[in-house]
Amino acid sequence: MANVELKNVRKVYGGSVEAVKGVSISIPDGDMCVLVGPSGCGKSTLLRMIAGLETITDGTVSIGETVVNDLGPVERDIAMVFQNYALYPHMSVYDNMAYGLRNRGMAKDEIDRRVRDAAATLGLAEFLQRRPRELSGGQRQRVAMGRAIVRSPKAFLFDEPLSNLDAKLRGQMRVEIKSLQRRLGVTSVYVTHDQVEAMTLADTLVVMNAGLAEQIDTPMAIYEKPASTFVAGFIGSPAMNLLTAKVADGGQGLALAGGGSVKPRDTVLPEAGREVLLGVRPEHMVVTSNRSTADLTLKVTAVEILGADTLAHGQPADATQNGGEIIARLPGGTKVEVGDVLPLAINPGMAHLFDAATGKRI
Amino acid sequence: MAENAAAATGTSTAAKLGRREERNMLGVSRTSRYIAHAILIIGVLIVAFPIYYTFIASTHSLQTILRPPLPLLPGDQFFENYYQALFGGVGRIGGVDAWTLLLNSTIMALGISIGKIAISLLSAFAIVFFRFPGRMVFFWVIFITLMLPVEVRILPTYKVMVDLGLIDTYAGLILPLIASATATLLFRQFFLTIPGELIEAARVDGAGPWRFFKDILMPLSKTNIAALFVIMFIYGWTQYLWPLLVTNSNSMNTIVIALRKMISFADADTQWHLVMVTAVLAMLPPILVVLFMQRWFVKGLVETEK
Repeated sequence: MANVELKNVRKVYGGSVEAVKGVSISIPDGDMCVLVGPSGCGKSTLLRMIAGLETITDGTVSIGETVVNDLGPVERDIAMVFQNYALYPHMSVYDNMAYGLRNRGMAKDEIDRRVRDAAATLGLAEFLQRRPRELSGGQRQRVAMGRAIVRSPKAFLFDEPLSNLDAKLRGQMRVEIKSLQRRLGVTSVYVTHDQVEAMTLADTLVVMNAGLAEQIDTPMAIYEKPASTFVAGFIGSPAMNLLTAKVADGGQGLALAGGGSVKPRDTVLPEAGREVLLGVRPEHMVVTSNRSTADLTLKVTAVEILGADTLAHGQPADATQNGGEIIARLPGGTKVEVGDVLPLAINPGMAHLFDAATGKRI
Repeated sequence: MAENAAAATGTSTAAKLGRREERNMLGVSRTSRYIAHAILIIGVLIVAFPIYYTFIASTHSLQTILRPPLPLLPGDQFFENYYQALFGGVGRIGGVDAWTLLLNSTIMALGISIGKIAISLLSAFAIVFFRFPGRMVFFWVIFITLMLPVEVRILPTYKVMVDLGLIDTYAGLILPLIASATATLLFRQFFLTIPGELIEAARVDGAGPWRFFKDILMPLSKTNIAALFVIMFIYGWTQYLWPLLVTNSNSMNTIVIALRKMISFADADTQWHLVMVTAVLAMLPPILVVLFMQRWFVKGLVETEK
């Protein structure tokens, strides 16, 4: 067990394609760090550089106190769980877990003890003699985890381990991975493109975009204070509403580009005349009975009933032109129909302002 | 009356349904099934009858064979003919008995098939899993040898064998036929289907290239290896031109070459009953290999265990 430290890590392919453009992350011992981002953002490349499966173009990766740049995966003492499980199809579950230990020349009875321990932990005891193809997806995923656990490595690396499972199993395995990681206290790096996995698993969440870490913080801090419009749009579902606006004169609020104006409460506005993006999460708007206290009036164009929530899609009612779609998450059972005009109030302090040009938080 | 009519319609519908069901289950009607079977039976007869006739001939005395028509049932010379061929020394081909010929052929066929599989496994392993300078050059060099059958390069190959002093040796019989672009390509294609994550998992598990080859690649390739073994064994067994050139001594002949040598142009000199025995013996090992390896062979051709 050890902390993992990335300093200004870069990866350049073929001399020109820069997949990772200098990322620094510090993961304390026993923590779980989740790398999240859209495909092609460099998160998997970063993980593979930590694993030693890709060379590091620039910067340093340390595990414990050792810089591991020039060490192979074995010497780094890490274990990896792959997306498609990568189990050896011709070996039994037992042999799959024991293979890495045998290659290290571990004594037979010690291997046996460790494999049986891991199998008991993961509920695989009765499947030890089966082949991977005789197992279900969830069981295979557990074997892949078992293969990592038996090694008691310095760090676990997970490369989208749940994306081949169906939704229900994914939710269940997510919880299992989290509690297992807590129990074993092994430093972990977890790559995913699923923001729910990212939010629920992470101690430290790294949102990556185009080879850079856009924001590194706890999941809640990222949810509450996204550093950029990219992070704001990526974390949270449905995504944060973003409306182009201009700060009105005399601190009177924001003039929306599509027409109409908003004056969010408990929000410090920047200087007048500045182009901004107003970000409001769908769940941070409520229907008010009183039109005068409403920040926005929403003309509903579509309704999605999810049971627990109702999503109202629409546009600002006083918009003179298309100023972007707004989604409001209303409590389940709210009576809304297409064509309704809803007066909405933004929860105090829940409006986010971003620079229109750079997308950075103001 | 009405009831009767209904019942009648009912039965005829049921009958119709039944017929349609039968038709659907097999995908073909009864008539076309009979025709298909007839064609198959004719095919089997055409292929199998000469082999049966050869066997019949191998159980009769030379006199019976030379006095047509040949009976269609086995004669009483079975043990005598086979004993003479296997242990008595077949006069025509320099007193070499069929055991020696079978042994020569077996060594050659096994040498070629095992050698080919070993070489092509290793070269495909190198081409697929290692990045080295000239990798694609080597691949294409192997590939273009596909265009050159043994016959085309037979003179230079013969010269090389003479210079190396490999005439009349097993090495001379086997070595030039071992290199195989076909098998290399087959293994290459199979190796390319092995997911990258499996290779990486092995690396993380501390398996070096050799361990990966031995513990993971070989076991995964076993059905392919079996299929290739059958094909290559028969290829080696039925080699004609190369063994004819590279062996001078009768004791190094393969059974196929010996069979040819036993047949004299003057019909009367040919020991036909022994020729037939040798032909039957020459057919047996490939048939046995196919029979024993059939399960693996078919598996290797139709499925890949991944």
